Amino acid sequence: MSTAPTFSRLVARVRDSAGFAVLVCTFASLLGSAVVSTVFARAPRWTPDQRATLRSLSLYSLEPLAADHSNRYADDPRAAALGRELFFDTRLSGDGRVSCASCHQPARDLQDGTALASGVGTTTRRTMPIAGTAHSPWLFWDGRSDSQWSQALGPLESAVEHGGTRTLYAHVVAEHYREQYESVFGKLPSLGGVPRDAGPVANGAWRAAWAKIPPARQDDISRVYANIGKAIAAYERRIEPAPSRFDTYVEAELAGRAHTPADSFSADEEAGLRVFIGKGNCTNCHNGALLTDQHFHNTGVPASRLVIAPDSGRATGVRQAIAGEFNCTSRYSDATADDCDELRFAVAEGDELLRAFKTPSLRGVAERAPYMHAGQFATLEEVVAHYDAAPRAPFGHSELVPLRLSAAERRQLLAFLRTLSAPVVLPDAYVINNR
Amino acid sequence: MRSIIAALRGRHLLLVRNATISLTALVLLTGCMMFARPPQDLDYARTRASVAGLYRATVEPHGDSIPKGKLHRWNLHLETAAGAPVTGAAISIDGGMPQHGHGLPTKPQVTRELGSGDYLVEGMKFNMGGWWVVKFHVAAAAGRDSIAFNLKL
Repeated sequence: MSTAPTFSRLVARVRDSAGFAVLVCTFASLLGSAVVSTVFARAPRWTPDQRATLRSLSLYSLEPLAADHSNRYADDPRAAALGRELFFDTRLSGDGRVSCASCHQPARDLQDGTALASGVGTTTRRTMPIAGTAHSPWLFWDGRSDSQWSQALGPLESAVEHGGTRTLYAHVVAEHYREQYESVFGKLPSLGGVPRDAGPVANGAWRAAWAKIPPARQDDISRVYANIGKAIAAYERRIEPAPSRFDTYVEAELAGRAHTPADSFSADEEAGLRVFIGKGNCTNCHNGALLTDQHFHNTGVPASRLVIAPDSGRATGVRQAIAGEFNCTSRYSDATADDCDELRFAVAEGDELLRAFKTPSLRGVAERAPYMHAGQFATLEEVVAHYDAAPRAPFGHSELVPLRLSAAERRQLLAFLRTLSAPVVLPDAYVINNR
Repeated sequence: MRSIIAALRGRHLLLVRNATISLTALVLLTGCMMFARPPQDLDYARTRASVAGLYRATVEPHGDSIPKGKLHRWNLHLETAAGAPVTGAAISIDGGMPQHGHGLPTKPQVTRELGSGDYLVEGMKFNMGGWWVVKFHVAAAAGRDSIAFNLKL
């Protein structure tokens, strides 16, 4: 005789069990809640994958700042205090009228709101903001610097930005910042007999004056110059982006708490976020907590009508970074060769570098018109229209593909981008407290 | 005569229309393909045979998972089809995102031979989510061959 229950017995046993009752109740309540949610409420806002993406984009997932091995003063508050003063000092320029803050204006998210930056002359690129750049392995639109401190040195010797020379800057430090400088970096070299203006710059007379200085003294002066950059970087390093409404929205979503008026999204903003992480392909490049992959892309941005020479972007920038006098492997860097992996493994050639520019962070993007590396687009609407249309690149190959967004989707995307704004907080209090 | 011209014109318009439709379809298809989901049948195994079957390779990224946007290291283990460790191999690396048409954001390299067919790979980085391919081109005693790994980030 078989001990196996017949099918009808099995059905009866299941039906009579407590588990079955629970199952029926659960099913009924699920069905009920599904009906209710269909009728009265909207579906759950975000899938688990989308929630993971939102978390990755929010400022709360920003990793702690890694040490900058190339700048041993990066986390020294005395260096930051000096750097803050140097940042705002117009004496660090050829005409005494340009400071870092001339273009990196505190009231404007540390940029200048114009297409092409102007110092003693006019550059060929748009001023980049500073907040969060300490997280970036490459600085400038073309990544020609591999640290904040080497970046800070570029404009100082540029003929159209600060327009000065490294001997001038060494003299300014010796005359106005001697005590502060020496308390951080040690004794200043003697500058007796060193010309006021000399350096490896475009100006022929200043170049010639530099060539006449013996190499050992040149090296001493260049070290002072490098330290100016390191002090400015120690200050800039403390400038981090502040949480935006997007960040608090994500925090509330992930915690499952009800939104307050301060962190709620409108239907358009929420739909725009959906486009941003979905159909818009935006997170291909604008990913991570700073909304940039810190890499370089040709997105077919038209050439600037204000700039005559073609701009090949990263193709030139990477060569300058590798050859850089103040790069991670240079004699002025505090890093060991093992600390310079970004430089060591950088892609140095290939068509992809042509007219590729750094993905900018989108934090505060709505406050930063005009857009792109030379301010080619006056409004964010034009930017979204460009990414939607994906035109051919002036040269090189654009990575974009047409998105075919509807007018509503473009409007929603813009609404979302405006949620990324937050005023940049300069670390003044921090620096003053530590002086 | 006039009817012939009209017919030709009609034919011409038809051709233009057909060409436009085909072109639009092609552009749409390309657009969709560029950022479509990866093929369903991709093999994401960390141990794979080389194209011509000369080698088997195993990759082991250091750490718990492959990070996004960060330089990191891999271990590469190389053996012959018969299972013997491959030493003294010259190895070059490339890859990219097949659906985006771009390469790797860095130039990773084998920087050290660790013995027993193991090699240290440095300079790995993936700057966006999606389907990536990393290829190792191997030249060793058994010959030249290459091994491709699929990654989903």
